[in-house]
Amino acid sequence: MTDIAASAPRESGVTALIKHARYVLSENPVTGFAFALFVLIVLAAALGPHIVPYDPLASDTVEALKPPSAHHWFGTDQLGRDVFSRVVVATRLDFFIAVASVALVFLMGGLAGVAAGFFGGWTDRIVGRIADTIMAFPLFVLAMGIVAALGNTVQNIILATAIVNFPLYARIARAEANIRREAGFVEAARLSGNSDWRILTFQILPNVFPILVVQMSLTMGYAILNAAGLSFIGLGVRPPTPEWGIMVADGAAFMVSGEWWNATFPGAALMIAVFCFNLLGDGLRDLVDPRRRT
Amino acid sequence: MTALLDVAEFSKLFPVGGGASPWTRLKQRFQGGPEKLSKVHAVDNVSFVIEKGETVGLVGESGCGKSTLVRALTRLIDASDGSVRLGDRELTLTPARDFARDPDRARIQMVFQDAGESVNPRFTAFDAIADPLRRLRGLGGKALRDRVETVAGQCGLPLQLLSRFPHQLSGGQRARVGIARAIAVEPDLLVLDEPTAALDVSVQVVILQLLQRLKRELGMSYLFVSHDLSVVKLLCDRVLVMYLGKIVESGPAMDVFEHPLHPYTQALVAAVPRFGEDGATRLRLTGEPRSPIDPDPHVCRFHGRCPRGTDDCAMTMPELRHFGARQVACHFAEEFLPAAGVKAPLVS
Amino acid sequence: MITANNNKAPALSVEGLCVEFRTRSGIVRALENVSFSVGKGETIALVGESGSGKSVTAYAVMGILDPAGRVTAGRAVLGGLDLLSAKPSQLAEARGRDIAMIFQNPRTALNPIRPVGRQIADVLIRHGNVPRREAPAQAVEMLRAVGITDPARRAKAYPFEMSGGMCQRVMIAIALAAKPSLLIADEPTTGLDVTTQAVIMDLIGDLASKMGMATIFITHDLALAGQRSARIVVMHAGHVVENAPTGDLFVHPRHPYTAELIAATPDSAPSLDELAAIPGSLPDLRRADLPPCRYSERCPRKIDACAQSLPRPEPGATHFVACWNPLPMAQSAPVAAATTETAA
Repeated sequence: MTDIAASAPRESGVTALIKHARYVLSENPVTGFAFALFVLIVLAAALGPHIVPYDPLASDTVEALKPPSAHHWFGTDQLGRDVFSRVVVATRLDFFIAVASVALVFLMGGLAGVAAGFFGGWTDRIVGRIADTIMAFPLFVLAMGIVAALGNTVQNIILATAIVNFPLYARIARAEANIRREAGFVEAARLSGNSDWRILTFQILPNVFPILVVQMSLTMGYAILNAAGLSFIGLGVRPPTPEWGIMVADGAAFMVSGEWWNATFPGAALMIAVFCFNLLGDGLRDLVDPRRRT
Repeated sequence: MTALLDVAEFSKLFPVGGGASPWTRLKQRFQGGPEKLSKVHAVDNVSFVIEKGETVGLVGESGCGKSTLVRALTRLIDASDGSVRLGDRELTLTPARDFARDPDRARIQMVFQDAGESVNPRFTAFDAIADPLRRLRGLGGKALRDRVETVAGQCGLPLQLLSRFPHQLSGGQRARVGIARAIAVEPDLLVLDEPTAALDVSVQVVILQLLQRLKRELGMSYLFVSHDLSVVKLLCDRVLVMYLGKIVESGPAMDVFEHPLHPYTQALVAAVPRFGEDGATRLRLTGEPRSPIDPDPHVCRFHGRCPRGTDDCAMTMPELRHFGARQVACHFAEEFLPAAGVKAPLVS
Repeated sequence: MITANNNKAPALSVEGLCVEFRTRSGIVRALENVSFSVGKGETIALVGESGSGKSVTAYAVMGILDPAGRVTAGRAVLGGLDLLSAKPSQLAEARGRDIAMIFQNPRTALNPIRPVGRQIADVLIRHGNVPRREAPAQAVEMLRAVGITDPARRAKAYPFEMSGGMCQRVMIAIALAAKPSLLIADEPTTGLDVTTQAVIMDLIGDLASKMGMATIFITHDLALAGQRSARIVVMHAGHVVENAPTGDLFVHPRHPYTAELIAATPDSAPSLDELAAIPGSLPDLRRADLPPCRYSERCPRKIDACAQSLPRPEPGATHFVACWNPLPMAQSAPVAAATTETAA
C-alpha cells in the first residue's frame, strides 16, 4: 500500500464547512464584507417590524415632509410617516420577493433545463421553444404584461420575474446537464441501479447547482429592481405597503421641490441590497463547490 | 457447463450523424420508405465466451469498437443484433433502459478508466461505494456502513479516506474507490476499462496486484480492456484482438503476444516499446484505418494497411478460424502456425 | 556537464535550475538544482513519474511556466543565450527559430479555428523568414514531410477534422517549420494508440537526424525512453537522481529509485507477482523540512550521509548518480527483455 498517506484527521461535515467558510472569507475580504451586509439585510428583514421606532403605516399629517432630524432619522414622507421605519420594514417584503423569485425560477428553469439537456429529443425541443418565445419579448415589457393581465399582487410580481428569467436558467442548466450526460459517473450510476430520474435529481442537479448559485444571487438583485420598476409605473405593490420601489416612485415627485429624503433613502437601500447580492455570488460559489475545498 | 458470458454474432450499428430528423421520419412513415441511412458498424458480428473465473483481455486501437462492445455487455446500450447470454439468461431481451432495476444488474459491474471522472465530484468516497449497495441490495444504516467498510478494507482503502471527495484523493486512492464500488455488490463478471491507464507505474503495480487478489478471493471473471499489451500479458488468461469492429485474433494471452498470427496483432506487438530493444523494428502500420461506415462485407477490414494483401483479401472476408486454442481471421494464417507451434488442421 | 560529446558545446545546457510555485497552501519547491545538457543532434529522455518535475523543467526552459511559478535560480543556455534571464523579445525570437516544443494532447494544443496549413505558415513567416506569398506552399511541403497524405487538401482542414495521430503530425510540422536546433517533446504520444505511437516516434527520430536537431523526450514510459534516446535523465520529486547513457542505465541502474522504477514496469517481470511496487510515496514538496535527498525517506539504502547533502555532478563523468550509497555495479540486475522476442 504505497500510495496511502492519510495525513489529515477525519473531520465532521459541519466543522469542515465552517473551516472552509472561514478560509473563503479570509481569502477574499470583499466577499466577507458582502456576507456581513447580507446578514444585516436578513436581520432587518426578520426583525424589522419589531425594532423600528414608528409604525410604518401610521400617518401624522402634522409631521409631513419634515427633513431628517433626531426624531426622524430619514425624515418623513408626505403623509407624515417615518421614512426610516418604512425603509427598514420594506426590507422584509423586498427580500421575500427576491428569494421567492429566485427559488421559483431555479425550480422551473433549473429542472426544465436539466431535463432538456439530459434527455434531449422532444423535451429539449419543447423547452427550447418556450425559452425562445419568452426571449422574443423585451423582458420588462413582458413582466409588465404579465402583471397587468393577472393583477398587481406580490405573487404575480414574483411569477413575472421568474418567467422572465426562465430562459437564462434553462439555458445554463441545459448546457451543464449536456456536458455531464456522458460523464463516467452517470454511467456508473446506471450500473449501480439508478433510474434516469434518480440520476437527474441526485447526480446531475447537485453538480449544476453551484453554477446556478452565482446566477441566483444576481437574479435576486434583478428581482428587487424589477419590482421597483413595476412599482414606478404603478404596476407594483399597492400603497400603503412599504416597499422600496414604490417609495422611490412616490418620492420622485418631491425631489423637484427639494424634499430629497423621500426617494434617496429607499433608493440607497435598493442600491446597497443589489450591490450586496452581486458580490455574494462569487463567494457563495466558492463555498458550495466541493472541488475548491483544499 | 454453461459459460458465464456467451456472446454470439453480436453487432452494434449506429446511424451516421445521429439519425434522421423527426420530420424525415414522419415523412417516411407516411410515404412508407425504408430507412436508407448510412450506418457505422461499430461492432460487427462478434462472438466469444467468458468462462467462470477467467480473465479475458480485449485489445485494439481506438475506434475498434471495444468501448461500444463493453457498453453493450454492461447493458448501458442496446444491441442491434445478436445475443448476449449471462448464464442461462438472454440479456438482449431486456432493453438497456429497464436493466437498471433488474435483479441481475448486480451481476455485471464495471471499473472505469478515470476514477476521477467516474465518481460524482459531489459524492464522498463513502457515498460512491454505498450507492450500488443502497440501490441494488437495499442496504441502509448500520448494515450499509459495515458493508462499505468491509469492502474498503478489501481494497486497501483506509477508513479515514471514506469521508473525502475525489479531488482530495490521490490517483491510486481514487482507483481503489472505483474498484470498491464495483465489487461491493459481488458481481460475477467485472469489466475493467483501462483501469490503470491514468496511473503512475508504481501505483499501477499495486492496483494490478489488488485486482489479481480480489479475483481469486471473490471468484469473479474479468473482461480487461486495455491498450497496454504488457499489462494484458501479465493479467489475462486469454486475449481478444479487435480491429474495426471485428475480432481478428484470439487465444491464450502469452501465445498471442509471443507468436501473433494476424498481421494486425503482429504490428501491434512490434510497436510496443520493450526493454533492451532499440526503436528500429521491421513492422510499421502506415495509413489510416478503413471507414467503419457501411463497410463492404466482402473486403477484409485490414486490407489496405496490411503488409500482405492480395486480391483475395478484397474479395472474401476472412472468417475467424480455429486452430486449437487459437482463432484467427486471416487468409494467410497458416504461414505463421509452425512458428507458433500450432498444428494446422487437416481440413481448414 | 554530463554530456555524450565532451568536445563540442551542447545544444542546451541547464545548470542548477530551481523553480518554486506559490500556492494557497504554501510554497512548492518544484525543482531543485536540476542540471543536465543535450549535445547537438543528441536525443535524450527526461523520465519520471507524475510530480517528478519533468514537465516543469521544460516549461521553465521555454519560459511558459504558470504565473504562480518562478525560476529562483539557474541558467538554461541555448546557443550562447541564457533563456531564463533573456529579455522577452529575445525569448520570443528564440522560440520557434532555435527551440520548439510539442505537447501532450495534440488536438487541444492546436488552434481550433484556424486551418492547419495556416498555423504552419504562421511560424514560417514569423521565424523562418519566408515571404508571405510562399509560406502556404512551404506549409504543404512540411505536411508532406511529416507523412500526411494528400497534403494540399489537408492544409485547409481544421484540427477537429483530423485524428489524434494526424494532429500530432501537424504539431510536429509546426514545431519544425523554422528548423530549430532543439525540440522538446512533452509526452508526445500519451493518448495515442501504440501503433500510432511507434510511427510518430519514428517520424520525430527521422526528422531529427535529417535536420541535425537535438531532442528532449519527456515521458513516464521508461521502455519508450530506452528505445528512442541515447541518454536518460531520471527525475524524482524535482531532483535529477540519475543521468546515464541508455544502455548503462538499464544494465547498471545505480540509483535505488531507478532500479525500483525498472522493477515496477510490467515488461520487466514474467508474472504479476514478481513485479515490485516502489515503497513509500512522494514527499510533500511544500514542507520546509525536506531532507536534501528527497528519496531518502523511502529508501532502503539510506545512510547517515544522506541527511547532510547530495552529491554534485562531476565534469566529464558520463554516469551521474545523486546518491551516497548507490547500487554497486556488480549487483545491479541486468534488465534484458525477460520474455522471448516476438516473431516478425
